[in-house]
Amino acid sequence: MSLFYVVIFLPFIFAIFVPFIYKLFTPRIHTGWFVFLVPLSVFLFLLQYIPAISKGNTIFYDLPWMPSLGINYTTYIDGLALIFGLLITGVGALVVLYSISYMSKHREALHNFYVYMLLFMGAMLGLVFSDHILVLYVFWELTSISSFLLIAYWYQRKSSRYGAQKSMLITIFGGLAMLAGLIMLSMLTDTYSIREMISKANVISSDSLFLPAMILLLLGAFTKSAQFPFSIWLPDAMEAPTPISAYLHSATMVKAGIYLVARFTPVFGGSSEWFWIVSGIGMITLICGSVTAVNQKDLKALLAYSTISQLGLIMSLLGLGSAAMYFGDGDASTMYAVAVLAALFHLINHSTFKGSLFMVVGIIDHETGTRDIRRLGGLMSLMPVSFTLTIIGSFSMAGLPPFNGFLSKEMFFTGVLTVIKYPVFGMEAFALLVPLIAWVASVFTFIYCMILVLKTFLGKHRPERLDKVAHEATIGMLIPPIILASLVIVIFFFPNVVSHNLLQPALVGILPEFAETGGIDVEIKPWHGWNTELFMTVGVVVFGALMYRYLKKWSLFYGLIPQFLILNNIYNQSLKLMETISLKVTNRYMTGFIRDYLVYIFSFMILVLGVALWLSNDFSFDPSNDASISLYEGGIIFLMAITALSVFFANSRLTAIIAVGALGYLVSLLFVIFRAPDLALTQLVVETVTTALFLLCFRYLPELRKEISRIRFKMTNLGVSIGVGAIVTLMALSVNNHRLFDSISGYFEGAYTLAGAKNIVNAILVDFRGLDTMLEILVLCIAGLGVYTIIKLQLAGREKE
Amino acid sequence: MKPNDVILHSVTKAAVVIILTFSIYLFFGGHHNPGGGFIGGLSTASGLVLLYLAFDIETVRTNIPIDFKKVAGFGVLLAIMTGFGSIFFDVPFLSQTFGHFDLPIFGETELATAVLFDVGVALAVIGTAITIILSISEDG
Repeated sequence: MSLFYVVIFLPFIFAIFVPFIYKLFTPRIHTGWFVFLVPLSVFLFLLQYIPAISKGNTIFYDLPWMPSLGINYTTYIDGLALIFGLLITGVGALVVLYSISYMSKHREALHNFYVYMLLFMGAMLGLVFSDHILVLYVFWELTSISSFLLIAYWYQRKSSRYGAQKSMLITIFGGLAMLAGLIMLSMLTDTYSIREMISKANVISSDSLFLPAMILLLLGAFTKSAQFPFSIWLPDAMEAPTPISAYLHSATMVKAGIYLVARFTPVFGGSSEWFWIVSGIGMITLICGSVTAVNQKDLKALLAYSTISQLGLIMSLLGLGSAAMYFGDGDASTMYAVAVLAALFHLINHSTFKGSLFMVVGIIDHETGTRDIRRLGGLMSLMPVSFTLTIIGSFSMAGLPPFNGFLSKEMFFTGVLTVIKYPVFGMEAFALLVPLIAWVASVFTFIYCMILVLKTFLGKHRPERLDKVAHEATIGMLIPPIILASLVIVIFFFPNVVSHNLLQPALVGILPEFAETGGIDVEIKPWHGWNTELFMTVGVVVFGALMYRYLKKWSLFYGLIPQFLILNNIYNQSLKLMETISLKVTNRYMTGFIRDYLVYIFSFMILVLGVALWLSNDFSFDPSNDASISLYEGGIIFLMAITALSVFFANSRLTAIIAVGALGYLVSLLFVIFRAPDLALTQLVVETVTTALFLLCFRYLPELRKEISRIRFKMTNLGVSIGVGAIVTLMALSVNNHRLFDSISGYFEGAYTLAGAKNIVNAILVDFRGLDTMLEILVLCIAGLGVYTIIKLQLAGREKE
Repeated sequence: MKPNDVILHSVTKAAVVIILTFSIYLFFGGHHNPGGGFIGGLSTASGLVLLYLAFDIETVRTNIPIDFKKVAGFGVLLAIMTGFGSIFFDVPFLSQTFGHFDLPIFGETELATAVLFDVGVALAVIGTAITIILSISEDG
């Protein structure tokens, strides 16, 4: 096993030891210090791949898991995987560092916290480095499960459990859909490897399963990445501790869907469906998320909606960029490829600024006791470092210089403007709409960024509204956001370091056509000159500022949105509705009456047999081969019919019992006539015994319930019983005329030579098929012991009372 | 006043002997004629039931001190053991064999291992039938 796998699985391995470490060192040393080493060392380990990756190489590893099924943990490290790997471990290390100060070592169950977190980290690493789709799926679900555990970390709270359940339902739904999509893909290409699928992309695109596989796969990606309309779980996931929100719900897990879309772009990209769905849903998510974020009163909810909107932005860029595969070569292709580059760039930028913003919000929550915008204000002088960090994060998110968000926002505008320049896939009619949506969404983004900064830190400080006396956080809590915020600035000034080393290799991974031309060489510059993108940004700032100024007036419009249009209400109502309907349905057929269940069973039998008989057209009635009916046989059958009918019309139970006994004796007479002496003897004795037992039961019926009445007539019962009788008769008649082989009874006629017995029946019972007899007497014995046990236990119970 | 069932007692004493003899005949005749372990066992049980009917349970129990649950278990065990017996002769489980022997009194007689198996069947049937009837009657 290569060292690589040891490092990748390090979080899992270390998770085993966390509880022991917790037991051993709490409360002397915070468990987080030990955990901190894990992401840090993985991060440092992954850094060594950068030189190779930036040269355009890829690295291949293979770890057998279930080789006989072709399931191995194969790894293909390219730029895309490495970006995610570095983000996961880098942000992971910072989040652990942050959590050391955030999570109290005295009050919190830290062993749970860090085990879940390491589980998540390992799952996420496994996910991004996996080349095998089923292994990818395993890690995918593992991230869902660990995220579920983390959201419900404070499981005493109802809202935590609600949020955890919601995210679980939605992401697992998507995960299962994705599994179906992946299986379809593997059926189409006859391989589990993503690399090989990409090389067979033309096979996939010409198949009829192309669209179903794509939609199912995208369901997985959209649910995980909180795209419209599956975005509703993300705001509720904010019930998790803030380090978790920062890590899972801004920087890593929500980007798993982005990763999936990017990873499968070479397979599906270039088709109009992929282009439309991915960029369309991305656009909708972008605009919905940013508009909703403005109306939030809780800082974390605001950040959650802003995350949704930013994810929509990245997703739409990926969708737009897939058009590069349609053009193949040339100017348009390069222009669209820039969109993919922008998506990757914004992915990194978003992780940095959103991570730091979440941490700052956590600090505010931690130091003032509230996250409600209406209660906060005037914290600028009290928390100057947090204020600076918020400024950096928010302005980067709003897309202002000198922060990295500005660069990716400009590239985003370039991407959407490309649509006007090179319309594809019937885009002409909507070409203007794309930049317009992007611009409007950016205006709203600007507004909520301003809310975040100004409403929290400016204005009047009102200590009476806060639970605690506000003050600056400890240095330990401030270091991680400071590192992230400084990255925000560093990336702005040196974007090409990131671009050359990581983004462009990743781009080649997403758009393999560019591998031959050596990738595209786009110099990311802060200053483009006076181009359209810059004017759009100026417009965003001007309009955003104006709208923020008059926020109070127009925000009333939010109240006009009808309740039934809010996705959350739809989710809640449909969940409730599903429960009520299934309860009603279940209560309707699960009545608890054996009679009803028997009706189901028999009706089903009639249905299945009848339909089978009808469809196979096998019913036949041919009496020519049958033996003739003698007077005795006819007479006995007639008597049997009369006794059987008299059971139904008997007024008292006693009559019915006697009639059943008579029926049994008639059957034994029939055996006599059909020359079965053994059967006749046995039937006679057994019938006597059962009749005696029936009488016994009758004798001990409780007095109160004793009702001597006729069987009540019920139409359903009549229909079902006639149906069963008819169907069995029809089957028997058909079977009689479908004798395909001769009987094997000829063999048993040699019983005397084979078994030394002249009685063939007995020879079969004890010799030829002795095993049946052996087990039958076992059945008999068990029945006897059963009767004994029931009665004795009942007696014992009675004595106890 | 205690009912006087002397006729019943006398008839029972005679009848039970006949029934038991007949059931043994049925059992051994089963190899070549109608009968066998199951019928033989059931008719033995019916003879015993007649005894229980005529006399009371305690009287019969003191005279026939047998735990019929054990009889049933032993019967099943015996049937299974005959199955395992065939394994010692390197033939499949439950293989039966037979042979003709010249015995001192009976003359030429056919002996079959199947009879042993049938004994198991008969014992299981007797044990089960009596167990069921006795437990129910004790309950009432």
